[in-house]
Amino acid sequence: MTSTTVTTAEKPSSRISGRTILIALLVAIGIAIVYYYIVDPTATTSVLAGTIRQATPLILGALCGLIGERSGIINIGIEGQMLMAAFVAFMVNVALGPIMPLGLALFLGVVSGILVGALMGGFLAWMSVTLKLDQIIGGTVINILALGLTSYFYVIGLTTRGKLPTFALGPLADIPLIGPVLFNRSPIQYLAIILVFVVQFALFRTVWGLRTRSVGEHPSAADTVGISVKMTRYMNVIIAGCFAGLAGAYLTLESVGTFERGMTNGRGFIALAVMIFGRWTPLGSWGAALLFGFATALKTQLDFMGLNVPPQLTGSMPYILTIVVLAGFAGRARPPAAVGQPYESE
Amino acid sequence: MDKTANPIVLEAKGITKRFPGVLANDKVDLLLYEGEILALLGENGAGKSTLMNMLYGLYHPDEGEIWIKGERVELKNPRDAIDRGVGMVHQHFQLVPVMSVAENVMLGSEITRGGGILALSEAERRVRELSERYGLEVDPAAIVEDLPVGAQQRVEIIKALYRNADILILDEPTAVLTPQEANELFRIMRELTARGVSIIFITHKLKEVLAVADHIGVLRQGRLVGIAKPETSTEASLAEMMVGRNVILTVEKDEAHPTEPVLRVENLMVKDDRDHFAVKGVSMAVRAGEIVGIAGVQGNGQRELVEALTGLRPADSGHVWLENTDITDFSPRKITELGVAHIPEDREKHGLVMSYSLADNMVLSNYYRPPFAKHYVIDRDVINEQGERLVKEYDVRTPSAQTPAGNLSGGNKQKVIVAREFSRPTKLLIAAQPTRGIDVGSIEFIHNQIVAQRDRGVAVLVVSAELDEVLGLADRVAVMFDGHIVATLDAADATRERVGLLMAGSVEEAVG
Ligand SMILES: Nc1ncnc2c1ncn2[C@@H]1O[C@H](COP(=O)(O)OP(=O)(O)OP(=O)(O)O)[C@@H](O)[C@H]1O
Ligand SMILES: [Mg+2]
Repeated sequence: MTSTTVTTAEKPSSRISGRTILIALLVAIGIAIVYYYIVDPTATTSVLAGTIRQATPLILGALCGLIGERSGIINIGIEGQMLMAAFVAFMVNVALGPIMPLGLALFLGVVSGILVGALMGGFLAWMSVTLKLDQIIGGTVINILALGLTSYFYVIGLTTRGKLPTFALGPLADIPLIGPVLFNRSPIQYLAIILVFVVQFALFRTVWGLRTRSVGEHPSAADTVGISVKMTRYMNVIIAGCFAGLAGAYLTLESVGTFERGMTNGRGFIALAVMIFGRWTPLGSWGAALLFGFATALKTQLDFMGLNVPPQLTGSMPYILTIVVLAGFAGRARPPAAVGQPYESE
Repeated sequence: MDKTANPIVLEAKGITKRFPGVLANDKVDLLLYEGEILALLGENGAGKSTLMNMLYGLYHPDEGEIWIKGERVELKNPRDAIDRGVGMVHQHFQLVPVMSVAENVMLGSEITRGGGILALSEAERRVRELSERYGLEVDPAAIVEDLPVGAQQRVEIIKALYRNADILILDEPTAVLTPQEANELFRIMRELTARGVSIIFITHKLKEVLAVADHIGVLRQGRLVGIAKPETSTEASLAEMMVGRNVILTVEKDEAHPTEPVLRVENLMVKDDRDHFAVKGVSMAVRAGEIVGIAGVQGNGQRELVEALTGLRPADSGHVWLENTDITDFSPRKITELGVAHIPEDREKHGLVMSYSLADNMVLSNYYRPPFAKHYVIDRDVINEQGERLVKEYDVRTPSAQTPAGNLSGGNKQKVIVAREFSRPTKLLIAAQPTRGIDVGSIEFIHNQIVAQRDRGVAVLVVSAELDEVLGLADRVAVMFDGHIVATLDAADATRERVGLLMAGSVEEAVG
């Protein structure tokens, strides 16, 4: 199952050429990786491992975005959901760390991050479905709220009780290059990859996915066959919130190990670019997330190697990429037809 | 064959429905017998769709009862209606364009392999089975947006049958069909009734009613004003029942006195959405004071031609002249300002802004000019005044000129467009399917308006899939086939048979 077979919106002619381009691109990337691996194995491995790491919050954010948008709700509050979840997951972990085993405290931290994401999803759904507030404004409310609350309650100097560790998947981890990059990761990174495939399958092969897409494309068609548009949208935006929450928990409990003000640093917005670049499909978004992750990982590696590249330039690469992608592709990709429109049944 | 002996499958008793400012249904009683076709007639805004939406659970009656198969029912949502065997094909299709036929059919009543996983091939098999059993030809794997309207409609019918509907509501199913497709639909309807399905069929075409109905119900301003039998009815008697006055069903006009050409088209080539040539070198002229009608089976390039003439679609090559100005690829606004009025084929998409009031919709083409605006500031009073005046003048059935256009019935939306386009000075009027979905009374009105424009010296181009409309209105008939104008005939020579043959592409037979 490739991303091209599921973008039903495309016409047959572009489907063929799209697939050819995709295969050519993958082959080119493969050759490039092997070439650089032979030249400099350590740097290549660390850039690729960094790519997976950096892509994790982006793909989770993008999944959050696309689950909502496929049902017709634009979510620009992913940034806020992530930030809030990162904060709560962190605080729960800090609070519970001293009174229970480390693993359990981490686990409960992650769970509370997910719940906070879901809760904020519910809030967004309430604003956009029940109150029929403009969805962009609803998302902005969430972003401002999250930034304000986390900054207000933030206490300097706290650190987590340990971080979620990496664990190797047995002999798979010993394969050169692929082993350390793909099979020696931490739990949420594994989970994110699994979720890409789960959501891809669910969206195009299950009852939930069919109904979700119908509600996002043509809500009155869904209504006339007895599907509740409001319920579907509520459910999706709440489920989507779990993904943003997981991304937030990843940042504090697995990646950084502490909370900083505004630490999401625009990842929620980049995730939206990732979703659009991926044409609202999980697999496509994963590809896009890897590209953005690569840009960031390459920057880190270049800084580390102390090459003569100004850090301002390398540091702005993911953002430049976002602008290029949005300017170049946003117009051509086709969003769900009813996205952003409140539904009135009578 | 008298079907009144059959049991009653559906009964509406004293149904009343109010919308803000509108009494849409007023104590309506309706009976549907098993295996019969009940045709429902009524002017635009008479309340036909509203009544059907209540039988399908989309709206809820304020008063009255609905009985289905001898049981009183409370239809809270479409699910309840579907569960009781009611299926509905809406005036505007309810299909998800980017999904396949099978996906659309099973949506909401999915076949699964367990665990919520779709059994797509099983669904496709079911669709194929239904399509064979009832002669509803359609490819289950096709993407809906790639299908012609006739096929989309068959998908809607399959959708209802898939849900085991034995009461089928068809809301204006023939409005968007070609005559051939409509005949195919009637064959299917007969096939269905022979198998015990009961059908409510809404249309504005009286010929169709007389041809297929077992009973005819007529609604007027929300009230059921009578039940007729086709054997004892004529088009004229039905029209009178609907409108409450004598309706003239043919166009009355004097001879045309054409003068100088206003529109000249030279070798125009236009591509369609799929980048294929749809208009393949059309040359023609329309003179001031005449009506040129373009006849042709839908999809032979008429839509693309009109869109190119009105600036909505770029021309690939060739020229369009308005008097002495080459307007090829001018913007729609510029073309409008030069005095071209346009009644678009798709009134929902190109004609109106649904969320704007009628008054605002009526100034869409000139809101930025005096008297509606002064120095970039809009004058609300003038706009509202003109809105109220036009609503009266054109007999738009609406609570007020401030009502959003989306709330109007289909036919009344069309009247709003006509009112806007006819209310400013024009040299050229381009009307595409001007009376699609319009009741006979309003057709008479719109036709008279078009003729009046002609007599005022406007050049008129009418494009219509209704052969009767073209033959009735046009002073000259151009027949379009496969992107070409294959013949242009004077009204006197344009017989039904001849134009029919030309429309089918047989030029030699028609000429010889
Ligand atoms: N959702 C709505 N809100 C407000 N008014 C409505 C709504 N739906 C219909 N109406 C009004 O109710 C009346 C009946 O409309 P309806 O659509 O039932 O007419 P119709 O007989 O189907 O006409 P047509 O032949 O033009 O389709 C009209 O005056 C219309 O403006
Ligand atoms: Mg109607």
